[in-house]
Amino acid sequence: MSKTITIDGKTIPFEDGQTIMQAATAADVYIPHLCHHPDYTPHGSCKLCTVKVNGRNCSACTFPAAEGQDVLNNIKELTDDRQKITQMLFVEGNHFCPSCEKTGNCQLQAVAYHLNMLDDHFPLFYPHRNVDASHPDLMIDHNRCIFCTLCVRASREHDDKDVFALSGRGINKHLIVNSISGLLKDTDMDMHDHAAHICPTGAILIKRTGYQVPIGERIYDHQEIDAVSLATEQQHGE
Amino acid sequence: MYEHLETAENRDSLKRVVVDPVSRVEGHGKVTLLLDENNKVQQARLHIVEFRGFERFIQGRPYWELPVLVQRLCGICPVSHHLAAAKAIDQLVGVDPENLPVSADKLRRLLHFGQVLQSHALHFFHLSSPDLLFGFESDISKRSIIAVLADYPDIGVQGVKLRKYGQEVIRMVSGKRIHGTGAIAGGMNKALSKPERDYLLEDIGQIIAWAADSVALIKKVHCANLPYYDDFATIRTNYLGLTKPDGALELYHGGIRAKNADGETIMDHVDYCRYNDFIHEEVRSWTYMKFPYLLSLGKDDGWYRVGPLARVNNCDSINTPLAEAARIEFKAHGNEAMVHSTLAFHWARLIETLHCAESIEELLHDADLLGGELVAQGEKRYEGIGVIEAPRGTLFHHYQVDENDIVTKANLIVSTTSNNMAMNESVRQVAAEYLSGRELTEPLLNNLEVAIRAYDPCLSCATHAVGKMPLQLELIDAQGKLVDKLTKHSDGNIERHNG
Repeated sequence: MSKTITIDGKTIPFEDGQTIMQAATAADVYIPHLCHHPDYTPHGSCKLCTVKVNGRNCSACTFPAAEGQDVLNNIKELTDDRQKITQMLFVEGNHFCPSCEKTGNCQLQAVAYHLNMLDDHFPLFYPHRNVDASHPDLMIDHNRCIFCTLCVRASREHDDKDVFALSGRGINKHLIVNSISGLLKDTDMDMHDHAAHICPTGAILIKRTGYQVPIGERIYDHQEIDAVSLATEQQHGE
Repeated sequence: MYEHLETAENRDSLKRVVVDPVSRVEGHGKVTLLLDENNKVQQARLHIVEFRGFERFIQGRPYWELPVLVQRLCGICPVSHHLAAAKAIDQLVGVDPENLPVSADKLRRLLHFGQVLQSHALHFFHLSSPDLLFGFESDISKRSIIAVLADYPDIGVQGVKLRKYGQEVIRMVSGKRIHGTGAIAGGMNKALSKPERDYLLEDIGQIIAWAADSVALIKKVHCANLPYYDDFATIRTNYLGLTKPDGALELYHGGIRAKNADGETIMDHVDYCRYNDFIHEEVRSWTYMKFPYLLSLGKDDGWYRVGPLARVNNCDSINTPLAEAARIEFKAHGNEAMVHSTLAFHWARLIETLHCAESIEELLHDADLLGGELVAQGEKRYEGIGVIEAPRGTLFHHYQVDENDIVTKANLIVSTTSNNMAMNESVRQVAAEYLSGRELTEPLLNNLEVAIRAYDPCLSCATHAVGKMPLQLELIDAQGKLVDKLTKHSDGNIERHNG
C-alpha cells in the first residue's frame, strides 16, 4: 500500500523523495507558486506555495512529503497571505500589465487573478531599475524581475552556462549577469537557451516578438493558472 | 479676429469667471473670463491644465511596445494612437505603407473605420446631442444623454447602438473594445475569422441606415437654426488633413493637404514624413497644450483646424455613395466655399460616420480580411513617423530608436493640439459676441462649452466620466472678493453660495 498524506482532507499518495508540491501536482491539486518549476532544484523563495503541515507553515516546493501529514492548502488564511505576498511582488517592482507584452502569458498576472487580487494594497515603490537591451535577440527588463531565480537555475542546470545570479540582499537584491561589463550582450546567453524562455514575468524577453499572439490565443485567455499549471507540470513530471 | 482677447492689459482690476472643468469633453480643461465692471469680456482663455508626459516616459522602452503603450493616452480613440504608432514602427522594421501586406492594410483600415464610427457616435449622441436637441441654454437637467433617451428615445438608442457597433468592430479585429492589440511592426497579429466577419455583417445594414438618419438629423437641426448655427463660434481659418492621391477623403493613409480660409491650396499631397519642415509648435505659459502652426505662414496666421470639418472641407470627394451625396449637400449649404461654421463640425462628423459605416460594409465583403500574408519585414531603420486621421483630426507620431531597439526620442502632435488656437478663438468669439455685457448665469456659460465641444476635443486624450463631471463657477469682483459661486457636484446636485 502506498504512503499517503492529506491535502485539505483529500487523501493523496506519494513516493519517497517527493515534495508536497510534487505529490499534489501528480494528484491534480494546485498549490500556487512562482519560483517552482518541476525541471529544476526547488528554491523555496517566493513563498506563494506556503501550506500548513500539521499546523506549521512550510514551503510545499521544498518540504518532503511524509506519511501522515495533514496539509492545509486552499484555506482562507493561506489564500489571504498569498494574495498579500503577490501584492508585495507587484509593488516592489514596476509591473504595468496594461502595456506589458507578457500580459495574458504572465504567471505573476495569472496568479494575481487566481488569488482575486483586485489592487496593489501597499504603496508602490516605483524603483529605478534599468532595461538591458544590449543583447541582439534578448532583453532584460529589471523592472519586472521578482527574483525567483528560475533563469539562474535554468542557465546553470539546463544550459550549462551560469549566465545569471542574484546579488545584494534584502531590498537591494538584484539580478546580475556573468560579464565584466554587466551587460547581457557580453555573456554567452543565446535566445534558444532554456533560461531565455523560463521567466514567469516579463523580465526576460525575446526581442521583437511582443504582441504577436493575439488576444484570445494567449496562455491564460481561456484557462486559469491552476489548470494550465497542472497540465504542463504533470507532463514535466512524467 | 478675437486675438485681442487673449491677454487683457489691466488684468488685476478685472472680475474673473472660471468654468472648471469644461464638461462633456474628453479630459480636463478650464475656461477663464476676465470681465470689467460692466461685465464686458476683456480676456478669454481655454487652459489645458493636465500634464501627461507620454513623450518622456516612453523613452527607454522597446519600440514594439509603442502601439500598446501609447494607446493608453486615450480611452475614446486608442485605436488612432495604436495605428499611428504602428505606422511609425512599420518604418523601424523597414516597411513603408505601400509594402504593408494587403490583408494587414485592410484589417487596419477596418479597425480604424470602427474606431472613427464609435468615437463620432459617442461624441454626437452622448456628449453633444443634448445641446443640439434641447438648446444651448437649456436647464442643466436636460444636458445629458439620459435626458435625450427620455425625450428622444429613438435617437438616443440609435446613438448607443451605433457606438456599440463600432466597438464591436474594434473587438473583432483587436481582441478588446478598448486597448486591444492587433497592429504590430510590419502588419497585424491576426486576420478576421469567418464567424467574426459574419457577426459584423449581421447589423451593418441597420448601422448604415441609422448613420444616414443622423446626417439628416444634424442637417435639419443646423438649417432650422440659421443664421445662428452658421455664426456661433465661427472663425475663418486654414484647414489641414490627409487626402487620397485623387483628393478624396482619407482617414488611414494619405498625403497632407492644407487650404486657407478662401479654399486656396497651401500645400497638397505632401509626404507626412516631412511634417517637421512645415509644422512647428509654439508654447505659451498659461496652458500645457502647445500651439502648432504652418511655418510658411508664421505663428500669427499659420494656425489651422483639423478634424471632420477640415477633412470634409478639404477633400474633393468621398468614395462611398451616401456619404458623397451628404458631402455635396454640405458643400451646397456653404455655396461651394469653405464652411467655417464651428457648429458644422457636427454635420461633417456625421457625414464621416456614414462614410465609416459604408466603408465597413465594403471591407467586410473583401476576402483579404480573412487571411493571407499579415506581416512584412525589411531593413531596420532608426526613425519612424506615423500619421493618421484620428476622429479629432490629424495625429502625428514620430519616434527615434537606438541600435538596441530602445526609443530615444518621441514627438506626438495630438489632433486636439492642432485645434488649440481655433478653440481659443471660438471661445473668445462666443465670449465677445454672446456673453459680453450680460449677467453671467450657468446656462449662459454653457455656450462656451458648446463652442469647445463642437471640436470634440480630447483634452487629455483620456477616458471620460459622462455625467459625473463636477463644475464650479466663481464670480469674483474687481476687489478680488467672491461675489457668487455655483457648484455642481458629481452626483448632479447644484449648490449656490452667495459671497
